[in-house]
Amino acid sequence: MRVMYLVKSNHPGPPSPELGAAIAKLTEREVKAGRLLDQGGLMPISMGAEIRIADGKLSLIDGPFVEAKEVVGGFAVFELRDKEEAIAMANEFMQLHRDLMPGWYGTCEVRFFATPPHNPAKHP
Amino acid sequence: MNDAHRAILAVWRIEQPRLITSLARMLRDVPLAEDLTQEALLAALEHWPVSGIPDKPGAWLMATAKRKALDHLRRGKMLARKHAQVAHELEQHEQIVPDLDSALDDDIGDEMLRLIFTACHPRLARESRAALALRMICGLTTAEIARAFLVPEPTIAQRITRAKRTLSESGLAYETPRGPELPERLSSVLEVVYLIFNEGYTAARGDDLLRHELCDEALRMARALTAVAPHEPEAHGLLALMELHAARAAARTDAAGDPVLLADQDRSLWDQLQIRRGLQALARADELAGGAGFYVLQAAIIACHARAAAYADTNWPHIASLYGHLMTLSPSPVIELNRAVAVGMAEGPEAALSIVERLTQEPALRRYHLLFSVRGDLLQKLGRLAEARADFQAAARLTANRREQDLLERRASSCITLPSATAATGS
Repeated sequence: MRVMYLVKSNHPGPPSPELGAAIAKLTEREVKAGRLLDQGGLMPISMGAEIRIADGKLSLIDGPFVEAKEVVGGFAVFELRDKEEAIAMANEFMQLHRDLMPGWYGTCEVRFFATPPHNPAKHP
Repeated sequence: MNDAHRAILAVWRIEQPRLITSLARMLRDVPLAEDLTQEALLAALEHWPVSGIPDKPGAWLMATAKRKALDHLRRGKMLARKHAQVAHELEQHEQIVPDLDSALDDDIGDEMLRLIFTACHPRLARESRAALALRMICGLTTAEIARAFLVPEPTIAQRITRAKRTLSESGLAYETPRGPELPERLSSVLEVVYLIFNEGYTAARGDDLLRHELCDEALRMARALTAVAPHEPEAHGLLALMELHAARAAARTDAAGDPVLLADQDRSLWDQLQIRRGLQALARADELAGGAGFYVLQAAIIACHARAAAYADTNWPHIASLYGHLMTLSPSPVIELNRAVAVGMAEGPEAALSIVERLTQEPALRRYHLLFSVRGDLLQKLGRLAEARADFQAAARLTANRREQDLLERRASSCITLPSATAATGS
């Protein structure tokens, strides 16, 4: 099953060098295990923008003016066996944050891709 | 298996390659390393439901496995010098408190490659290699492998035991083959991976969903292989071939589970992310020296389909020429039959028919239903309906697959000779 992880936080600043290094190692391990398909970090929302529809009207909010609660800072796409494996991966990833960047807070969302009916996810 | 067990199994599977490769390196004994890795899982299944999954499950499993390795060596009455030395190393390891990052510190790439080569050793029986690879590289349980291959569990257990005994007794070196040995060893690995993939891909029996997971395991193995052995064009070629095949999975059968021919597939159901990965792997293979091998050429053929937005856009002349290369590299009547199909699409049914007529002399194809269905198709296009009908009927008799049989019988009955139907369907 294909899984997308969305890491959300409004903790300011980039990851600590230790965390960055550990994530790089984890990434390498997952590539070599054949599980990681794609991943990336995102620039702060202040450098991007939001296009919103409210009351039937389209409006552009430029990055610096976006009201940022938890914003997506990074994503990863994995091909995994089941929901348990997906949760185990996210646990390991978040544990690295806990160990190597004390004070960091945030969420790792685990989301399964919608798949065509012939190839349904096992434990959606 | 309950949820807690599944969660533990998932954690163990993530750690399993590092556990087995570390132990194999220390003990210089792959089968024993595999046993101990399993024992670490059993220990986790015993303790974690009570204690909860530890913060650093990898370190816990590694410490447990190493302790068991030490116990094992101490239990042995006759400690050979090698064992004494290994035991000493392990004792030293044990004194070091497992630190939290060590789990990620080792680069297991080379070890992984050694493990893959060992599990797929040509000296092991073919079906044993597949079972052993699924067990040692993917961390599947014997029960899971048995279910996927539709074989009783004791049979798989026996295959694994026998293969492990062969590994132990033959004293095969646990190392990455080099030099003239490499091509043969690599082709054995690729053959195992492709066998596992095909077992899932061509699943005509059993629980389709479960068997489809074999495709995923094979893909993971091939991705791992290309990551740890990035300079082997055929490994990239096989990965490309499987990614491009698997990308079509959702379009290959209809809602009733009946096969849908390539020409009729809804291409919007093709998995574009997977196609992109397949094309990338193929490009990587093309960049490497010695590119156009058996798997690379097959991947290049599938890539022609993947690149075509519609069936009518397919580059048939290119496919025909790729099959020509494949024939030079690895001559086989089945490949020639495929070439005939491509030639038929590129140049018309007449040219293809002369190839197929030559193939009817091949003893290997005498009872091959696709030969008759291909010829039937060409004859139908040429308006020779009575002959076409006979070929479709022969093909239907020769196939064991009921769904294919239905399709062929439908095609046979569509070949009705009417006095006015002498003109060929030019399309």
